[in-house]
Order: sequence, then structure tokens, then C-alpha cells
Amino acid sequence: MSAGSGKREAGGVILDIRGLHATVANDAKNEILKGLDLTVRAGEVHAIMGPNGSGKSTLAAVLAGHPAYTVTGGTVTYLGKDLLEMAPEERAREGVFLAFQYPVAIRGITNSYFLRSAVNAVRKHKGQEELDPLDFLQVLETKLKQIGWDDSFLNRAVNDGFSGGEKKRNEILQMAVLEPTLAILDETDSGLDIDALKTVAEAVNALRRPDHATVVVTHYQRLLNYIVPDRVHVLAGGRIVKSGGKELALELEEKGYVGV
Amino acid sequence: MTSIEAQVLQPYKYGFVTDIESDDVPLGLNEDIIRLISRKKSEPAFLLEWRLKAYRHWLTLSEPTWANVHHPPIDYQAIRYYSAPKQQKKLDSLDQVDPKLLETFDKLGIPLAEQKRLSGVAVDAVFDSVSVATTFRAELAKYGIIFCAFSEAVREHPELVEKWLGSVVPASDNFFAALNSAVFTDGSFCYIPKGVRSPLELSTYFRINASSTGQFERTLIVADEGSYVSYLEGCSAPVRDENQLHAAVVELVALDDATIKYSTIQNWYPGDENGKGGIYNFVTKRGACRGRNSKISWTQVETGSAITWKYPGCILQGDNSIGEFYSVAVTNNHQQADTGTKMIHMGRNTRSTIVSKGISAGKGQNTYRGLVKILKGAEDARNYSQCDSMLIGDQCGAHTFPYIDVRNASAIMEHEASTSKIGEDQIFYCKQRGLSAEDAVSLVVNGFCKEVFKELPMEFAVEAQNLLGISLEGSVG
Repeated sequence: MSAGSGKREAGGVILDIRGLHATVANDAKNEILKGLDLTVRAGEVHAIMGPNGSGKSTLAAVLAGHPAYTVTGGTVTYLGKDLLEMAPEERAREGVFLAFQYPVAIRGITNSYFLRSAVNAVRKHKGQEELDPLDFLQVLETKLKQIGWDDSFLNRAVNDGFSGGEKKRNEILQMAVLEPTLAILDETDSGLDIDALKTVAEAVNALRRPDHATVVVTHYQRLLNYIVPDRVHVLAGGRIVKSGGKELALELEEKGYVGV
Repeated sequence: MTSIEAQVLQPYKYGFVTDIESDDVPLGLNEDIIRLISRKKSEPAFLLEWRLKAYRHWLTLSEPTWANVHHPPIDYQAIRYYSAPKQQKKLDSLDQVDPKLLETFDKLGIPLAEQKRLSGVAVDAVFDSVSVATTFRAELAKYGIIFCAFSEAVREHPELVEKWLGSVVPASDNFFAALNSAVFTDGSFCYIPKGVRSPLELSTYFRINASSTGQFERTLIVADEGSYVSYLEGCSAPVRDENQLHAAVVELVALDDATIKYSTIQNWYPGDENGKGGIYNFVTKRGACRGRNSKISWTQVETGSAITWKYPGCILQGDNSIGEFYSVAVTNNHQQADTGTKMIHMGRNTRSTIVSKGISAGKGQNTYRGLVKILKGAEDARNYSQCDSMLIGDQCGAHTFPYIDVRNASAIMEHEASTSKIGEDQIFYCKQRGLSAEDAVSLVVNGFCKEVFKELPMEFAVEAQNLLGISLEGSVG
């Protein structure tokens, strides 16, 4: 299980986490992750499940580089590079995407402007030419078609006055446009009614690629009816305590976290 | 708020000094100095009398202390009240202008030479105490529009100057207005005749260059019945350790059905990161909507100056007249701003809108101070005020002092206010999408100011956004 290859074809390791420890606000008493291991390969969808407070969202935040958390031990290798050495914006430009549980509003900035700024930051990083508004509009329209959505979001301010469901859809739209190598969906299903859940899941499925990977952090099994995972992990007490195939999620649903 | 902290400001871009010989008056202020200034400008007797009266009144006043700003006492005898680059008398051709002056304005992004002029914008360039050039004058004259240096208006249109000077801001209005009335040197004069819509944006660029010198300019804009003008002023000054005083007066008059749109991009030297140096910007600006259905709209983007003290206001005399004030004020490092507006409703069915956005970073202190006054005769007056403050870091301050004085029960007043801290979460969200910390701040701040920026003339909206980016650069870690 060599993690250093950096291969992105199907089966190549995209993310390799070894013995990860993390605390909130650099306070040793607030250790949340306590030696977590996880390997994610290209083409795979992993589901991280677990009870409240087990560290699921912390894992997502640590992978994205949120400043509120401090890594106190272990390694995270992303495409053969030390992810923990990279600034949050560098991680994003290298293809790590976090769909936020609570997306943040930015007043006065339209979604399309925000998205173009993000896409151009990534393009610049890759040495590609930046897209002007017209070129970008074409990219956007293609993506919207691909996930079957209309363009009603584009001229509204980023998440400003959005309903919970609209915010989650907006995260998925950003993911579609940014085409991340590693997408981390943090409780994307929370607050969604069943129809919205289906729409979001269908969009995620439409975007699956053999050279990309997705980590779905969730509380409930129901999302996994629509986004079918290759691997399911149970996170408890800051560690992965059990891993299995998609049937593990059903077992969890039946017996609860205590029973597993 | 761990990573958002004040750091070093990017060096001020316009801080160079032009080495040019100047014609100065001695330091200090007395009646002889005023007579000397008036003589240098070959002014008519009425103006000298007006100046002296203002000076005598000024002597009875003391500096206002109510503003939420702090500075050591100003020694008014240590200031030079007139400094002009030595040059030939201003002639019709730019060939006579000292190339050093042209170069200075070139460097500031205000090309004056025929072939390089900004299209669609007529510029009056003021250097220390005098106007050095005004572009597109002949073109404007075809429409009957007078756009020239104030001192020229005094010589060529004394009847207009005598009629309107001090009609909105009387010489006795306040300490700094009285001082300005006594010693003002130059500025711009605009007259838009009946029914004319100015085909160009009119603008004045003010440059302070000489040291120990104060700049006291005077701008007067009269929009006759049914006319329209959009006017913009910009300014900058060299980097110096001393504080320099800039005490201007701007008067606007809008007659029946006339509209004046007045925009300011203020970028005086703000002082260094330790608060040393910088301009004291103590300015009185007021517009009178004299006529029915007239409208005056102030838009200001205040990013410079060590201290800003200004309250561009509207006196809504005419029935159905409209006053607007859109403001973005940024204070970074040790800058202080106490700014806002006064809307005085006198006529029936008058309306006013106030949108103020204050941004504080570093150790900056930002105060909104506004007065909305509805007089007895102002039936069915309406005001909408919105004051938003944004804090960047944890060492700055935002303050709001709204004064509301309503004497007519039919008035409808709305006031909204908010204070927000630029959130670690907002910055992180942007970073997670690949943006740098500085792009993230610029995005959030520009979004915050959008309602004001959309009021700026198109040619300058981009400049304002860039300026905001520069002013805040380095304010995040």
C-alpha cells in the first residue's frame, strides 16, 4: 500500500492518512482526532459515518486546513505530497474541495463572479490562461447542463439569503465547476428534504470520474441510498473503528452505532 | 480572529515629490498675507473684503472638538497659505505648462496632454495653490458650460462668483470654512446653463506638493434649471513626516429640475504604519437643492488622510427635491475618520437616502456621524438611512452617531445599521476555493461596498475598487 506514487488513474492512491491527531485551538485537552488512518484511491467513494461529536467534521476541516484546528501528530499524503505542509488555498488549487456543512454568505458578490475567481485561481496555479467572463459563462452552462440545473443561482450573491437546500446545491455547483481531484462532502445531506437530497446526490453521481475520489461525511445512511459508497468507515472517539463495504451502512442503520 | 491581523501597509503609491521652483508667501496668517494672496490673484475688491471679513470672524472661533478624532494642536502660524509653481501665466495652450507639472500629473494617472487625455472626462489640475491646466474647455464652451479654475472664474465671471460664493456655505459656517474663506487659493468653478446636460464628466485633481503648505481650495458648482452634471474629484500628496492641513469648501447649487452628481475619490497621504505624517482633511461640503425636483447626489470613497472630518450634506429646499449620500470610508493603521452627512428637509415631499459603509482595519477608527432633520414645513418627507460597519482585526473601532430631528409628523424615517467583523469563516471559505487571503478580503470588502460603488461613474468605479484593494493590502495575515 504505497502512498507515494501520486498516481491518479483508477486504483492509484489519492489520499493517505496515517495516525492523524488533531486538537481544537491547539489545546491538548481538546484532542478530537486520536490516531486516524484512512486510504482513498482514485475512482472510489468513501463514506465516513459516526455519532455526533466523533470527529467527522473535524476530519473534513483538518483536510481543508481550517485554522481553528491544530494537527498534533500523524501524516496526510495527497497525491504523494505532504498535505499538511500546504496552505488552505494551495490545497484547494491542487484539487482538494470541501463542500461545507454551513456554507458562508458573501454579500454583494455574485455567484458567477465568485466561481470565476475560484476557477481562475486554480487555472493560474496550473499555469493556464484565466477565463474571461464570456468564456467562463460557456463553461458554466456546460456544467449546469451536466448536472441538470438551471442558471437561477448565478446572479445572486454567494449564499446570501439562500435556503438551507439552496446553499447545499450551491456547494455542489461549485464542486462541479472546480472539478476537484478529492471532494469532501461534509454533512451535505443535513437539512435537505428527500427531493433535494436526490437532486444533490444525482449531481454528485454525474460528476464521478475514475481519476477522482469522493469522501462523504454523513450522519445518516439515507444519503448512501443515492450515492453508493465503495467503502464505509465508522468513526468513533477520533479513530476509524470499523470499515467495510456498502452493507456496513445498512447494518449501522439497523443496529445503531452502539450495536456495531 | 487569529490570522486576520494588521501588518505592514503597502507603500503609498503617490508619495513622490516634484522638484519645482515655487512662488511662496511667508509662513503664518494675518491680514497682510490675505491681502498678498488676493493681490497675487488680481482679485476684485469685493472678494478681498469677503476674505477679510471671514478672517476677522475666524479669529473669534475656536477649533471644533466634538468630532471623534484626536490630534495635537495645529499651529496655524506655522502653515504656508500660498505656494504656486513658478511658471508663465496660464495660457490657452498646454505648451506653456512646465513639463515637470505635466509629468507629475502623468505619473498620477491624469494625463493632460491633448493626445493622452482621458476620453469623456474634462480635468482641472490643481497643484498646491493654483490650477495648472483645464482640459476640454473649448469643447465645453460650445455648450455654454463654464469649467475653469476658480481664480479664473473670479476674473472672467465675477458676477457669477459674487452671486453664488458663500450662498450655501457662508464664510461664518464653521471654523474651517471661515479659515478657507479667508485664504482659499484655487479650485474649480462650474456653471451648467439652463437645459444643458454636460456631455463630459467634469473632474478636478488636487495635488499637494510643497511642504509646510496647506491646501485650501474652493469649488463651486451651479446647475441652472433642467441641467445635469456629473463631477468627480481626486487627490493625493507626497509622503512626509509632518501633518499637512487640507481645508476645502465645496458648494453646490441645483435649481429647478437640475441634477448634480458629485463623486470624490480621496486618497491623500494617510501617514505611515506608525501614524506619522499624513493629511488632515477637514472639509466642508454642502449642496443646496434650491429648485423644485432638483437632485444632489454625493458619492465618496475615502481611503486616504490621517484624519478625515467631513459631512457632505444637502439642503432640500425645493419641493420634491432629492438628496443622496453614498459613502465608503476606510481607516487602516492609525487613520481616523469622522464622516457622514446632513440632510435638511425643508420642502414638501423631499426625499433623502444615506448609505454609509465604514471599514476599519489595523488601529483605524471610523465614525459615521449623520443628521437627518425634517423641518416643520416639510410635508411627506422621507429618509432612508443605512449605516454598515466592517471591522478587520481586533484593534480597530467603528462608531455610529445618527442624529434624527423630526418636526413634521408626516415624515417617514427608516434607519438600518449593522456592524460585522470580517469573518475568519468568510476568509477560509474563499481560501478553500483557491483564493489568496488578500483576494478574499478584497472580495468580501468589495461586496460590502457594492451599493456605493455602483453609484460611481463607470470610468472611476474600477479605480475605486483598486484603491480599496491597495488601502487594505497587508491588513490580513
